[in-house]
Amino acid sequence: MNDTKIPTILPVKTHSDNQVIEINNLRKGFYQQEVLKNVSLQLFNGENLVVLGKSGSGKSVLIKCIVRLLDPDDGTINVLGEDVSALKRDRLGELRKKVGFLFQSGALYDSMTVKQNLEFPLKRIKKNLTQKEMDEKINEVLEQVGLLDAINKMPSQLSGGMRKRISLARTIVVDPMIMLYDEPTTGLDPVTSDEISSLINEVQKTYKTSSLIITHDIECARATANRIIMLHDGEVYQEGILEEFEKSSDELIKSFFK
Amino acid sequence: MGLVLTIQSRPALAHFGAVSMLPGMVAISLIREMGPVITALICAGKIGSGMGAELGSMRVTEQIDAMEVSSTNPVKFLIVTRVLAATLMIPLLVLYADGLGLLGGWAGTNIKGDVTFILFFSQAFGQIHFIDFLPAILKTFFFGAVIGLVGCYKGYTAGRGTESVGIAANSAVVLSSLLVIIVDLIAVQITDLL
Repeated sequence: MNDTKIPTILPVKTHSDNQVIEINNLRKGFYQQEVLKNVSLQLFNGENLVVLGKSGSGKSVLIKCIVRLLDPDDGTINVLGEDVSALKRDRLGELRKKVGFLFQSGALYDSMTVKQNLEFPLKRIKKNLTQKEMDEKINEVLEQVGLLDAINKMPSQLSGGMRKRISLARTIVVDPMIMLYDEPTTGLDPVTSDEISSLINEVQKTYKTSSLIITHDIECARATANRIIMLHDGEVYQEGILEEFEKSSDELIKSFFK
Repeated sequence: MGLVLTIQSRPALAHFGAVSMLPGMVAISLIREMGPVITALICAGKIGSGMGAELGSMRVTEQIDAMEVSSTNPVKFLIVTRVLAATLMIPLLVLYADGLGLLGGWAGTNIKGDVTFILFFSQAFGQIHFIDFLPAILKTFFFGAVIGLVGCYKGYTAGRGTESVGIAANSAVVLSSLLVIIVDLIAVQITDLL
């Protein structure tokens, strides 16, 4: 662990009235392979929930089902009180405006500059903003991720860590209520990983977001989690707080937290 | 196109003593068939592969998914615009290619003869009627639509690996070229009925 100071995680109330995402008995398969088998979980308001698991355990499939980039085979997903599977396209679009998604690859539009990348969702989601207000908002989030200097650069001119931070800026620029992070630290060096973990906690504090963080990076989980759910073979294997996982005598959990 | 067509046709026409028909023959061949089809096939290679590869790459790098979660309809933003652009611009490219082809034809006639620019073009346009020109231009709108639709479809539905980008680009070229020829065949049959 390096010396980067990571902001502390905010405490949250885990009460059923306080849920922003509720997933019940979710199943999803591809061809003959069942990737998610009966997964149930809740994300509470203001919480950082880390979903931990090995590669191929179904973490990314889970997060894509939440915004219906993938359609579940069975089960229900309620986001902010709405059943995602039952929503029509326009209503789903409205719901997606409240959910930010940080992609594993960053998914920056490579034909646009950093500024245009940030303007893209802003113009579509915050339609009432003037150009001056948009510029101010873009500058504010770029400053927050420490990359104001990169405003006119193309994505191809950015390093992996910078891409992740710009992608995070693009996600928070529209003030989402829920943040979904798909492997936010994968492929990054330990210092940059800590910076991203730090940003996740800052976003939680500044924007009062509820976050679901998909990762297999234990340092990221340690730095950001209010609560942890471990997925194994497409099922919820263990659920609890960090200390419970750290003290667990289970071999699989120990293999992560050694 | 025009230059080659003129050089190749000249001996055959000379055999029948019909060299004076050369400008008209070149103009009809170019405007009715060669200009639209060859331009469309070149566009199928260039634009079709470009659209297939670009959208395929956007699919692989999750940029299309990012658009969806930003409440943007990627079909409207990425596909409709490209299909419209191809449909409207390929006819203009065909007109441009026809013009260049006729210039080449004039240059070709001057390799073994001496025909003024005005004489060549007055003879060429003297042989072309509205019924030659209109169906030839109308079918290019369909060529453009086919190239745009196939290129976008192949790219948008590309698989998840980098290999699928190559497959999308390749199959976009092959299928759109084939469809251009099929659309041309149908257009010729319809024109024949007029």
